[in-house]
Amino acid sequence: MASQTGTIQVKDVSKVYPNGTVGLDHINLDITSGEFVVIVGLSGAGKSTLLRAINRLHDVTAGEILLDGADITKAKGSQLRVLRRNIAMIFQNFNLVKRASVARNVLAGRVGYYSTFKSTFGLFSKADKEKAAENLNKVNMLDKYYTRADELSGGQQQRVAIARAMMQSPTVVLADEPIASLDPKTTKMVMDDLQHLNRDLGMTVVVNLHSVPLAMAYATRIVGLRAGKLVYDKPIAEVNEHDFDGIYAEAGDKE
Amino acid sequence: MESLLPERQFSQKWHIKGLLTVVLVILILFGSGQMTGVSTDFSWDQFWQILIKMTQPDWSYVSAIVTPILETIQMALVGTLLGTIIAVPFSLLAARNIMKNAVARGVIRFFLNLVRALPDLLLAALFVAIVGIGPMAGVGALTVFSFGMISKLFYEAIETIDDGPIEALTAAGANSIQTIVFAVVPQVFNQFLSYFLYTLEINVRASTVLGYLGAGGVGLYLSQTLSLFRYDRTAIVILAILVVVIIVDGISNRLREALA
Repeated sequence: MASQTGTIQVKDVSKVYPNGTVGLDHINLDITSGEFVVIVGLSGAGKSTLLRAINRLHDVTAGEILLDGADITKAKGSQLRVLRRNIAMIFQNFNLVKRASVARNVLAGRVGYYSTFKSTFGLFSKADKEKAAENLNKVNMLDKYYTRADELSGGQQQRVAIARAMMQSPTVVLADEPIASLDPKTTKMVMDDLQHLNRDLGMTVVVNLHSVPLAMAYATRIVGLRAGKLVYDKPIAEVNEHDFDGIYAEAGDKE
Repeated sequence: MESLLPERQFSQKWHIKGLLTVVLVILILFGSGQMTGVSTDFSWDQFWQILIKMTQPDWSYVSAIVTPILETIQMALVGTLLGTIIAVPFSLLAARNIMKNAVARGVIRFFLNLVRALPDLLLAALFVAIVGIGPMAGVGALTVFSFGMISKLFYEAIETIDDGPIEALTAAGANSIQTIVFAVVPQVFNQFLSYFLYTLEINVRASTVLGYLGAGGVGLYLSQTLSLFRYDRTAIVILAILVVVIIVDGISNRLREALA
């Protein structure tokens, strides 16, 4: 987890959906190692699309996205899987396998490091099982090791998802509205977990958020999107509350 | 007093559509009965005679029936198991959320539809012709039959899963087999087991008549006793089948409830 890796360069990226909707419109964004970037914007502004383009859950129509210099938009097969392995993702809906145990969910984050055969038969190394316990301990969920994921509350599930993300030993962590379905207290815990990944483990963190106060509290840099365009990009020291009026300008008119 | 209730249309008030449908269905029933000659030659005498003979079962026949009925169950078990094993990869390839390629999926589904179009008795006749008379033919027929049925049940189960975990595994750098093992299988495993038991249940019932075509099992005894007019023995065969079906149904229902 050297802090020299985990850079993301988004170069002139556009995404047009098959139905003609413009998701991203010539985005340029240079994220350096160890930043905590919060992306804000209205629903439909392209925040998720941008995040999902970075680990290529979405393909882009034009432009390139470099992760430590390697272009993920053109990567194939095992090369793509290795790039993805270095980018962990945290989802709004947690995306845990609800019928599986917490342990198995967390270990699933490690499969990128295993052969098909070994992972199919669950032959995880002792070290990785220890690592799973260690990561669950970091998010205070170790006592739920053998619990089925569907017995956990939303906040607990998200913390398990964070432990799963840590199993990837990633250099970059993407979080797509990780707290949208959580209450204020668990929101703080989850955001603190993300901050821990950033500050103490040196991972680059990119988070989509709706909440401006949260963005102000955690980000080292805030990026604003509106209608697929990058309209705002400042380090936290220069951010002024009134700046957000521009990003959310059309909120009243459109909704 | 003026009612506030909105006035219903005439047709809604008298349920015209529903009534017409019922009348139409009754007409069609009578019409098809007439055309196929349902009413002709029903001999109540014959019916009572068989029934009376059957009410005096030949209990000594039970010992002769034990082995074939066990064979029937074994055929059903082996056939269902083999069919299920073959069905798993096919159901994955036929599921929309796993197999993104519409053309390949279409080909697989077409093949599965073809297999499903073959009734179990026809399959039994075919397998008797291929592997000869005996339980092997029954196993073959049941394998193909359960393969067709289970692959459809399975791929429909796979299509109802939550796609979130698939996305999470993809994002973690898993390959497609790892994604299936970690994100798909745990979500459908219980449903798979439940469908397996359901098919086993159906196959036990189906395999009792396969013997009619020489495909092994208790069905052979059914046809023998019938053609020798030994209805007292037929009654024993039917009772034995009933007992087995009830037991298998009971076990499978219990297990499926526990799985749900």
